Amino acid sequence: MTPATVTDSTAARMAKLPEGVPRDSIIVTRNLRRAYEMGSETVHALRGIDLTIRRNEFVAIMGPSGSGKSTLMNMIGCLDSPTEGQYWLNGHPVWELGDNELARIRNKEIGFVFQTFNLLPRATALQNVELPMVYAGMPSKRRREAAAGALDRVGLTDRMHHRPNELSGGQRQRVAIARALVNLPSILLADEPTGNLDSKTSAEILELFEHLFDEGQTIILVTHEHDIAEHARRQVHLLDGLIERDIATEKAT
Amino acid sequence: MLIFEIIKVAFSSIRANKLRAGLTMLGVIIGVSAVITVVALSSGARKAVEEQIEALGANLLSVSPGQSFMGGRASESRVSLTVEDAEALARDGRLIAAVVPEIQRSFPVEYAGQNASLNVVGTTSNYGAVRNVKITYGRMFSIGEDESRQRYAVLGAAVPTQFNVHPRAIISQTILIRGQPFEVIGVFEAKGSQGWSNPDEQVYIPLKTAQYRIFGSDRLRNVAVQIKEGASLDAGMVDIEGIMRREHKIRPGAENDFQIRNSQEFLATQQQTTEVFGVLLASIAAVSLLVGGIGIMNIMLVSVTERTREIGIRKALGATRANIMFQFLIESLVLCLAGGALGVALGWGASSVMSTNFGWNTLVSPTAVAVAFAFSALVGLFFGLWPAQRAASLNTIEALRYE
Repeated sequence: MTPATVTDSTAARMAKLPEGVPRDSIIVTRNLRRAYEMGSETVHALRGIDLTIRRNEFVAIMGPSGSGKSTLMNMIGCLDSPTEGQYWLNGHPVWELGDNELARIRNKEIGFVFQTFNLLPRATALQNVELPMVYAGMPSKRRREAAAGALDRVGLTDRMHHRPNELSGGQRQRVAIARALVNLPSILLADEPTGNLDSKTSAEILELFEHLFDEGQTIILVTHEHDIAEHARRQVHLLDGLIERDIATEKAT
Repeated sequence: MLIFEIIKVAFSSIRANKLRAGLTMLGVIIGVSAVITVVALSSGARKAVEEQIEALGANLLSVSPGQSFMGGRASESRVSLTVEDAEALARDGRLIAAVVPEIQRSFPVEYAGQNASLNVVGTTSNYGAVRNVKITYGRMFSIGEDESRQRYAVLGAAVPTQFNVHPRAIISQTILIRGQPFEVIGVFEAKGSQGWSNPDEQVYIPLKTAQYRIFGSDRLRNVAVQIKEGASLDAGMVDIEGIMRREHKIRPGAENDFQIRNSQEFLATQQQTTEVFGVLLASIAAVSLLVGGIGIMNIMLVSVTERTREIGIRKALGATRANIMFQFLIESLVLCLAGGALGVALGWGASSVMSTNFGWNTLVSPTAVAVAFAFSALVGLFFGLWPAQRAASLNTIEALRYE
């Protein structure tokens, strides 16, 4: 990298990351904390998370319920703001941003895949995939082309004009993945993506993730199932709001 | 670009719930159509009164015989108003432009073997000009014909019809008034009833003819006095009163034995009453529009709750608060405007049904339509604001988890 002549804004942002952090880090958190007021009690969901995820990593975030993994996922997905600490996403200082900027970050940098798919029931597969581009302000012709391309990538070209209730669970999740990828996000953030699927379909979805990872996509998978997590190259185990273990793993055969 | 997309989304979610949207709109439809109809009715009534005022003629005062008062007690006999009084007014009135005396009584009138009892009015040749009535067929009698007591008659517009003859065909025909032959020389245009009398159903003959050949009396029913342009009617009244008191030799301090009426004032009062009534009805209609608006707000709140998850998804995918707010605001605005348009059509239809079937005067003014339409848009914005605000401020994480 030649910082003196760089004009690229992403590179410029990256240069402002903390000392000693690799310049290709997509996610950097420092002492990330999140506390909730539950009546008179204060619940500390996250108690100081230091996490760095570099470009083209495949990370599984694991932990039992109550470990804080959902809170961490919301934080990484810019759906929630930390009570304390810092978080850079692709160089953006997320903890400093306002509502509208967060909406923009979610739109550009993050592709969500949910356990319950979260497709709009009245919209066709194509329209669902178009949705992030609508909020990006892309003209409709380019949108349709890009959405068709994304559906093609997940193998759903022939189901483009079907509504979610006319699709199987696996197909719905593929639509959701196509929707997540269509704005070319920095990270694909999947929350128990196979939780509502049978084992055969789950395998197909995970195979799709592997394939996307091979193409260079950064993937963060939140799960509590070990055999799902084994598809990742790195496992981050949470317990009581702290990182318990952070281990590199070999791909399961 | 994004705005059009959001408008499209709002339309498609209305389309997805057609029955609900229709029922919601019903409140606005009823409200707007009620406003349009009521306003049409009251402006129709006002226009009718305005036409009556117009028909009376401009700057007109009417002098009629009153009762003489003796020691504060009304005497029984009506004091006369005579042709001499009318002549004195015409001669001495400084602010008086024209004087039209009217002698009037009901007589049997015969034409081609048909008999009718009609009001016969003896008057001067300037009757039409002052009263603002035009001749449609034939002509009015002249001053000379009045002076020479010619047996000429001009008919009100409804009289030929009463005798089953076309107004053009009755010109130059002879009618019998109290057994005496009169030549019909003209027919007036229709003026419509003026409440206490209908000039269309009267027969007009020269004053002198009436006085000497038919009535045998110089006692007038009424003298219409036209005040000069620029002079106030009040000043005109003072002028008339002075001349009349002198003519009738009324001592200072004694009561008048005649009445001076300002018919325009009377109608204006009537008009005010109509207007107050109209405003009252219109505000009741406006309340129903308000209730319709509350209905819209209610449904929008239900809709927001029902679509919590959709809102969560949209926000997760990058919709800003403003995007969400706009979507729901457009939805309620579309509901109200569509309801407003249908309400305008319905109100218009109701008004024309009323005027054709019941003969009521209605007038759908563009202003009323515009105001009702604008009001329904305002209702949509106002009552859509809170639900849209609620939708926009939903917590994304909770909305995504909402079942």
